[in-house]
Amino acid sequence: MTTLSIDHVSRWFGNVVAVNDITMTIGPGVTGLLGPNGAGKSTLINMMGGFLAPSTGTVTLDGQPVWRNEQIYRHIGIVPEREAMYDFLTGREFVVANAELHGLGEKAAQRALATVEMEYAQDRKISTYSKGMRQRVKMASALVHDPSLLLLDEPFNGMDPRQRMQLMDLLRKMGDEGRTVLFSSHILEEVEQLARHIEVVVAGRHAASGDFRKIRRLMTDRPHRYLVRSSDDRTLAAALIADPSTAGIEVDLTEGALRIQAVDFGRFTALLPRVARDHGIRLLTVSPSDESLESVFSYLVAA
Amino acid sequence: MYDPTVARLTYRALLGRRRALILGALPLLLIIISVAVRGLTGADDQTASDVLGGFAIATMVPIIGVIAGTGAIGPEIDDGSVVYLLSKPLKRPAIIFTKLIVAIAVTMVFSAVPTLIAGLILNGNGQQVAVAYMIAALVSSIAYSALFLLLGTVSRHAVVFGLVYALVWEALFGSLVPGARTLSVQQWSLAVAHKVVGGDLVTSDVSLPTATVLLVAVTVLATWYAGQKLRTLKLAGEE
Repeated sequence: MTTLSIDHVSRWFGNVVAVNDITMTIGPGVTGLLGPNGAGKSTLINMMGGFLAPSTGTVTLDGQPVWRNEQIYRHIGIVPEREAMYDFLTGREFVVANAELHGLGEKAAQRALATVEMEYAQDRKISTYSKGMRQRVKMASALVHDPSLLLLDEPFNGMDPRQRMQLMDLLRKMGDEGRTVLFSSHILEEVEQLARHIEVVVAGRHAASGDFRKIRRLMTDRPHRYLVRSSDDRTLAAALIADPSTAGIEVDLTEGALRIQAVDFGRFTALLPRVARDHGIRLLTVSPSDESLESVFSYLVAA
Repeated sequence: MYDPTVARLTYRALLGRRRALILGALPLLLIIISVAVRGLTGADDQTASDVLGGFAIATMVPIIGVIAGTGAIGPEIDDGSVVYLLSKPLKRPAIIFTKLIVAIAVTMVFSAVPTLIAGLILNGNGQQVAVAYMIAALVSSIAYSALFLLLGTVSRHAVVFGLVYALVWEALFGSLVPGARTLSVQQWSLAVAHKVVGGDLVTSDVSLPTATVLLVAVTVLATWYAGQKLRTLKLAGEE
């Protein structure tokens, strides 16, 4: 069980504050570090990986400091965002070199190459690889020593959908095995598909933490939108609007549905089935139209 | 301290096609000049000494030192691939030490060997001129490699600074301003060469004890400091 603790960490570059007093704990399983470009995700990951000293605060892995502690890399695997990776080597030579630097040999390298399914192209020069192949070889180099913590900076950038799915399966497997996997992304769907637990960073600040649906619900002062189809839309609308948990209802004639804006999430979710039952209305569709990370995110950014 | 994997990666990066061509160009030029001079003037000890001292030691060795010393680490830091070395349980000074050894070896091969060959072509090693300048090239290879490796670790413009040092300080100031000569790797290495072969053709403005102390001090301090800088090297994010 590996836990990465970020404790009141700030980092500034001159007058620019890139990371502002962030405290978070990353435990086993897959965690998504979400935020728009320039939010401070890479700065944070660099501090987690021991490549950047926090201006204040500490980053520890199971109690051990990460900064200026080479031995910590026995437990950490890193997949950097940057492309450069000794392009003059073949994939196999690159992964073998990474294994050797950990004091391991060819066997560990072959196992890692097999894990990322890159054996078929292992003897080609890295300079001839596609972006997805590079990403997988980077992944193999991070896995050679079987690390308990895996840090990936924007791992899905430039990957095609198939490669993306493969990598997601692999990361999911790593998380299920009990490893602590943290990946950063600015693309909501990626995080949504892979990580139930998210840490949201906006403008250098820690904006939210936890299950993204729970985060969404916690923000009860924000309107929630639902698309509802029922056996009698207008009666249902009239009954719902009488309650203060509902701020607005639109009858969408083309969709044949109600678009409801709720301001009190807890109360509305209890109200809707009760009102329907009391009026003898059958609910055909109840779907949150803004449960995606995108909407969670835009609220957080606006907050 | 010496890590064979780091060494292998460094050799392959340094001796990649383009850099190998640059490293080979100056020695080739030295050999061509030597053949031409020998053909035009015949074997002359003073001429041999002038060519080897003026071109090989004053210009070629420092430039090859710049290419090998900064090239051993600078490009990796620039493009970020050094992260694959830094994310390993390796002592940072061990990475620097290994890269220093590689830079020294490359500088020696591409500077001392051609200097010896050029000396043999110029006057058949008369008065041991060829051996003396080869020794100077060997000695200065060590100090240049350490200096330029440090430069490559601390600066993104290491090649420019290195060339300015090599060409302006060593070649220009070194020949015009007497005081600058005391602080010149070239003069230190010539002092050692003079001691080894004697004679009047290879001379230095610096005494042997001073030269030796400065050579060792510069090499050790530059290597130590580069190791320290690598320990706290910050890899800037993409943001």
